[in-house]
Amino acid sequence: MRKIKYSILSLLGLVMVFTSCNDSGKKSRGALASNNAEKVYVAPGEQDEFYAFMSGGYSGNLTVYGLPSGRMFKEIPVFSQFATNGYGYSEETKPMLNTSFGFVPWDDSHHPDISQTNGELDGRWIFINGNNTPRIARIDLKTFETAEIIEVPNSAGNHSSSFITENTEYVVAGTRFSVPVPQRDMPINEYKGNFKGALSFISVDPEDGEMDIKFQILMPGFNYDLSHPGRGKSHGWFFFTTYNTEEANSLLEVNASQNDKDFIAAINWKKIEEYVNNGGGTKIPANYAHNIYSDEDHTAVSTMKKEVLTVDPTKVPGAVYFLPTPKSPHGCDVDPTGSYIIGNGKLSADLTVHSFDKMLAAIEGKKFDGEAYGIPILKFEDVLAGTVKSGGLGPLHTEFDGEGNAYTTFFISSEVVMWKLGTWEVVDRKPTYYSVGHLMIPGGNSRKPFGKYVVAMNKITKDRYLPTGPELEHSAQLYDISGDKMELIYDFPTHGEPHYAAGIPAELIAPKSQKIYKLAENKHPRATLGVNDARVERDGNEVHVYMAMIRSHFTPDNIEGIKVGDKVYFHITNHEQDFDVPHGFAMIGANNSELLIMPGQTKTLVWEPKQVGVWPFYCTDFCSALHQEMQGYVRVSPTNSNVDLTWSLGE
Amino acid sequence: MKKASVLMIIGPLLLLGLYFFPLWNIMLGAPQYPDPLGMNIHITGIKGVSEFDLQNIDGLNHYIGMKVIPKPEEMWEFTVFPYVIGGMVLLGVIIGLLGYMNKVSYKWFLGWFVLMSILGVLGMYDFNAWLLDYGSNLDPHAIIKVVNPDGTPMTYKPPLLGYQKMLNFDVTSLPHVGAYMMFVGMMLTVVAFFVGKKEAGKIKNT
Repeated sequence: MRKIKYSILSLLGLVMVFTSCNDSGKKSRGALASNNAEKVYVAPGEQDEFYAFMSGGYSGNLTVYGLPSGRMFKEIPVFSQFATNGYGYSEETKPMLNTSFGFVPWDDSHHPDISQTNGELDGRWIFINGNNTPRIARIDLKTFETAEIIEVPNSAGNHSSSFITENTEYVVAGTRFSVPVPQRDMPINEYKGNFKGALSFISVDPEDGEMDIKFQILMPGFNYDLSHPGRGKSHGWFFFTTYNTEEANSLLEVNASQNDKDFIAAINWKKIEEYVNNGGGTKIPANYAHNIYSDEDHTAVSTMKKEVLTVDPTKVPGAVYFLPTPKSPHGCDVDPTGSYIIGNGKLSADLTVHSFDKMLAAIEGKKFDGEAYGIPILKFEDVLAGTVKSGGLGPLHTEFDGEGNAYTTFFISSEVVMWKLGTWEVVDRKPTYYSVGHLMIPGGNSRKPFGKYVVAMNKITKDRYLPTGPELEHSAQLYDISGDKMELIYDFPTHGEPHYAAGIPAELIAPKSQKIYKLAENKHPRATLGVNDARVERDGNEVHVYMAMIRSHFTPDNIEGIKVGDKVYFHITNHEQDFDVPHGFAMIGANNSELLIMPGQTKTLVWEPKQVGVWPFYCTDFCSALHQEMQGYVRVSPTNSNVDLTWSLGE
Repeated sequence: MKKASVLMIIGPLLLLGLYFFPLWNIMLGAPQYPDPLGMNIHITGIKGVSEFDLQNIDGLNHYIGMKVIPKPEEMWEFTVFPYVIGGMVLLGVIIGLLGYMNKVSYKWFLGWFVLMSILGVLGMYDFNAWLLDYGSNLDPHAIIKVVNPDGTPMTYKPPLLGYQKMLNFDVTSLPHVGAYMMFVGMMLTVVAFFVGKKEAGKIKNT
């Protein structure tokens, strides 16, 4: 089919060449192509205009790209062990992956969202959810490192997360899978009416960003798919799409697709906040991990929390309503003014747009269409602002350019459709390659979108790049939206499976990006701040090596007196104070990763030597002209030997 | 002589800038240092342009066997220079005041300038001698030994003034604010001399 299209196109081209002036025809085509090339070309030494933070999906991490170049700058380890730098392998970072299930070395990261002040991106932190073992992470945008992870109890499939309110009062996490609350042994087919869907409001400390679960709303046992905050006039509300309002517990692809309409749940969180501040809600026993990493001692601490405050929504009148929305809506998006709530009914052709004003009027007029588990259902016609007759199929997610336009991805018809808020008319549509999931406009989930580009994140890559066997990276497409119509200007592969992304102008982040950690401020209890403090200490069969590294040697680099059966902790401090001079550390046979240690930082690797011999270690990051010389030896003696514990450098 | 004397007082006072601003600046840029490393030479010691520049310059220099950049207490100059400058400021101001009271002639103004110039040249000579020692008195066990085409060991003396390419580094050595203030101050004393001479001539003629 495509071949036929191309030949028709080329035929048309041929006709044009014959009927028009030869030269000018060629010229205009060339000029157009080079124009697009210039739009994405960031010359060597130049920098991109935007950062794009793409979720890693099943990589569990967050990747950092530049726009418009599509160049990848960094992979930030969040929920997954990262052998590249030792995250989740070093003693300092293992606690970051602690949960109520113990150490969980992987997750499925989904929806990054940048902190906001007054509804505008402030670039302090970026939050992202772990979908599988419900967790929310906060990444510090000064260091681009994961600073905090909080587990979300009573949740499963933490998918309608991690979206923030317009002053970063809360990062919100909703459950996709409803479960028994509290968890208990019960028949699966007694799901209906018994399972609950927990929507968690996690407060964010305005100073240091520290997270704390303020309350959980225990909703009926639907699937809470995606969510977005109200903004501007609708600030104080939060909207969640639901599916499986049928409450099926098996073969959901059929059984959860029967209702013509599911709901968007509208939550007046200000009202619930007031309710709990006045002593409302019920504290129930829980068990969830709260892990905090500190830049001062370069160490994470995991604390188990034992209680969570739950709220029964029927106990807070006027706080929760259901807005009927056709066909299992996925994305739940709110326009920059906060006037419209868009339900992307993924099994339909049309988009449903609800009006916030009409919703308030309907609530005022008590125009209810029954209730579900005590929660009032508003009449569809009373809250409907309009329907976008798209002509596409399978709408998933909508973002906004700040100029009155909305852009919606259509998974099934594989396209991005541009339409106008208010008139609901379709302005433009462009194909994606292929099967687009989510899309991102820098600031597109805030009061002040920056426009300029749409990034489409596709689920299927197929033939866009050179083939790499059955397993392919996903593909992103960049559209220029500065004109009246969208223009596809670039393709680039993305790592893992981005389910969403957050873009922000570089100038809001780049100047604050930290270059080194100051050694003088290193509070790690086992740091070696001066080379004279370098030493080796034995405590039973635990041996602690206090080691320093600088271009290009380790202090000490000869260690004797280690025995088979010892547990050796290498506490290594990088003494460099120069930008971009990390050192690595790798030990032969360590059942572990390497360490990559930034200037001024201390990290610890555990090595349990199993064989007698003299075993080398070395620096893994090419640090200087003498990098190859940056090595050392550990002598490992039999368990019962009496070789003295000694260490040295240059002797 | 009032105008001339006022200039003679202001001129030496400008030397006080040396207590607040660097005298000289040496910048070292390289492909891997797009933000160059730099040292500011004050009359009281050598400081890095950015917080860790000195440490990083020392770190690089150890490959070619250069000594670490001296601390203030390791060079007598950094103890003596502040007194010499202080003394010259005091002397200049006193001369200016005496001139104002017509106790000394304008010729003293030039005398101060000449003395200051001699001290300045001596200072530059001393500075250059230190640069020479710093750049050529290398550790025989240096990790990297580079030889000139004629087989003599390469030295790393930064230029006293101007630009020089040294291995991968572009080295630029220029006076800084303190030196410019000193230069202007000294020139003012020369102007004071000529103005004083003119005023003296006028008095004679009337």
